[in-house]
Amino acid sequence: MAEPEKTSEAVDATPNVARVETVDAATEEQAVAAIDAPVERGEPILQVRNLVKHFPLTQGILLKRQVGAVKAVDGISFDLYQGETLGIVGESGCGKSTVAKLLMMLEKATAGEVFYKGQDITKLSGRALKAVRRNIQMVFQDPYTSLNPRMTVGDIIGETFEIHPEVAPKGDRRRRVQELLDVVGLNPEYINRYPHQFSGGQRQRIGIARGLALNPEIIICDEPVSALDVSVQAQVINLMEKLQDEFNLSYLFIAHDLSIVRHISDRVGVMYLGKMAEIGTDTQIYDHPTHPYTQALLSAVPVPDPEAREGRERIILTGDVPSPANPPSGCRFRTRCWKAQDKCAQEVPLLAVPERFKTSDSPAAHESACHFAEEKDVVHAA
Amino acid sequence: MTIIEETAGSPAPDASRDADRPLLEVRDLHVEFHTRDGIAKAVNGVNYSVDAGETLAVLGESGSGKSVTAQAIMGILDMPPGRIPQGEILFRGQDMLKMSGEERRKIRGNKIAMIFQDALSSLNPVLSVGYQLGEMFRVHQGLSKKEAKAKSIELMDRVKIPAAAARVNDYPHQFSGGMRQRIMIAMALALEPDLIIADEPTTALDVTVQAQVMDLLAELQREYHMGLILITHDLGVVADVADKIAVMYAGRIVETAPVHELYKRPAHPYTKGLLDSIPRLDQKGQELYAIKGLPPNLTRIPSGCAFNPRCPQAQDVCRTDVPPLFPVTERDGGALAGRGSACHFWKETIHG
Repeated sequence: MAEPEKTSEAVDATPNVARVETVDAATEEQAVAAIDAPVERGEPILQVRNLVKHFPLTQGILLKRQVGAVKAVDGISFDLYQGETLGIVGESGCGKSTVAKLLMMLEKATAGEVFYKGQDITKLSGRALKAVRRNIQMVFQDPYTSLNPRMTVGDIIGETFEIHPEVAPKGDRRRRVQELLDVVGLNPEYINRYPHQFSGGQRQRIGIARGLALNPEIIICDEPVSALDVSVQAQVINLMEKLQDEFNLSYLFIAHDLSIVRHISDRVGVMYLGKMAEIGTDTQIYDHPTHPYTQALLSAVPVPDPEAREGRERIILTGDVPSPANPPSGCRFRTRCWKAQDKCAQEVPLLAVPERFKTSDSPAAHESACHFAEEKDVVHAA
Repeated sequence: MTIIEETAGSPAPDASRDADRPLLEVRDLHVEFHTRDGIAKAVNGVNYSVDAGETLAVLGESGSGKSVTAQAIMGILDMPPGRIPQGEILFRGQDMLKMSGEERRKIRGNKIAMIFQDALSSLNPVLSVGYQLGEMFRVHQGLSKKEAKAKSIELMDRVKIPAAAARVNDYPHQFSGGMRQRIMIAMALALEPDLIIADEPTTALDVTVQAQVMDLLAELQREYHMGLILITHDLGVVADVADKIAVMYAGRIVETAPVHELYKRPAHPYTKGLLDSIPRLDQKGQELYAIKGLPPNLTRIPSGCAFNPRCPQAQDVCRTDVPPLFPVTERDGGALAGRGSACHFWKETIHG
């Protein structure tokens, strides 16, 4: 990107190095401008394309050689639209938290692109990256370890303004923090308290206030309620939904609790061993799943209704999730799949609308990475 | 209206009446912890009983005293700081709290066994699983190392761990989460106890594995005709396996009911709130019902009904009088077996 205007090189008298810098600054300026531009509701705000993250496995102490890789995320693509909630579900080790870290640029992707408003953020640096980071914030899983025990609530939330001073001028910060506490339903007078003086649910509210501080457009929530008690979970979920409407946020909601994901999400993606198995709207996934893994996952969820326990058909998978360091060939789910055939071992199924549903407009026509995709309603089966 | 009262003056232990006595009965159990901030009353008068072959689910949030009750039954409570000021834990009619340490050791593992939540931290990382499983046989039955190992392999087969003979010398970290929990189950089953206490056995597991483990547990329970106390906060798991449910809040049982009854018609506002606040897979609502406020601090439990600051129906009487566990009846007074609610307004809650 340093050489977009080769023709002017001959006439330009300035030293080459300096010229490259100015071009860089100009493109950075453009990038920052693009990042700050608003996106229409319903337009994609984040486009993930073939994202890959392999963690190298090394052997030896002095002479480290790579003996393999943990394929945590192995080519996933999805879009996040402005104002929507995209739920990502999957079992532990399927790579959902790694996706969150990649989108936050906390990990460097091995390959693939993440377009935020058309800018590939995996290639950004400097000011442009900082602008992106301001717009993509995160709420972490464990409210006990994600808050510094030696900082007051005011410092924890206010720290964001030190890094991005343009959001709140210096004299205004304390008031802004109090406002945020009020927004998340905490008493603004608690600004000088320490995290240990709060309960789990209140701490998660502090985490959410910190995520909101910079007026982001996207919030990535990595299991935001799984550490909370049932009665408190509902409070936090309601708060998150309220904030989404109020601040026009887009959520990427990562969780393993399928009923909570269904409740909050507009669209849902199901991950298995670093790949997206199925993606669609909440109705498409929950009522018309076509991937066998989704069907098994949904049928395994205990339904809080004792009437359903006799009649319900349950698909109980055998075995455990294979190691992502050595995933099965072809379809990664084939080792636990009851439909697996030779084709599944040889060909990797692509995430696409299955051939047989291509022409139909039934809710089963959504992207599913299975050679033998077929609709099966497991939730209502009785 | 009558109040459920435990029969005063417990009948003298009589071997001939063993059959109609519950396997385990907890009576008016109190547990408190002495802390720097004062006395935390973790359990405040819990009564429940389990029969052979029956599954009792104890449901509650963190800090409700459900695990502390289980630890008191097992006799693994840290004392001090813990203390049991009053109460009885009757196993086949005998009060375990009055037994000597030696007598309790004979029951623990042999007659009553426990499955813990976090299998990785409950297993010793420096001993092979075969050795840890075999310990049960060596200590309780005096078997030799070789015999114990053979028994361990048998047990691992029993809980469906593939290639048991090859894996018996493996260490806990070499097993996956689901497999580790199977080893915990195997260890609890080793001496074919009469009662198993499972403290959140599947909380740390993924749903697909959770289904496998719960199925296994249910199958083994049927086979050995064991009593099972399942401690959990997951209303879904409870609905799947329990026969009867005891809901705990701030160290007391606030509602007891057979499983179908509880979900259909809760008789306590707390149970009702919990059921309303879970998003259901087959219905997408707009806003979730949320119980307002937070569970109480156990050093400062509110006077009257402990739930009153969070209760939408609270009246003056709730702030002054502790509600006993009222027997719950039909609208016309017809008895409902096994149902009780510690709410002054249970009638309004269930019928209103």
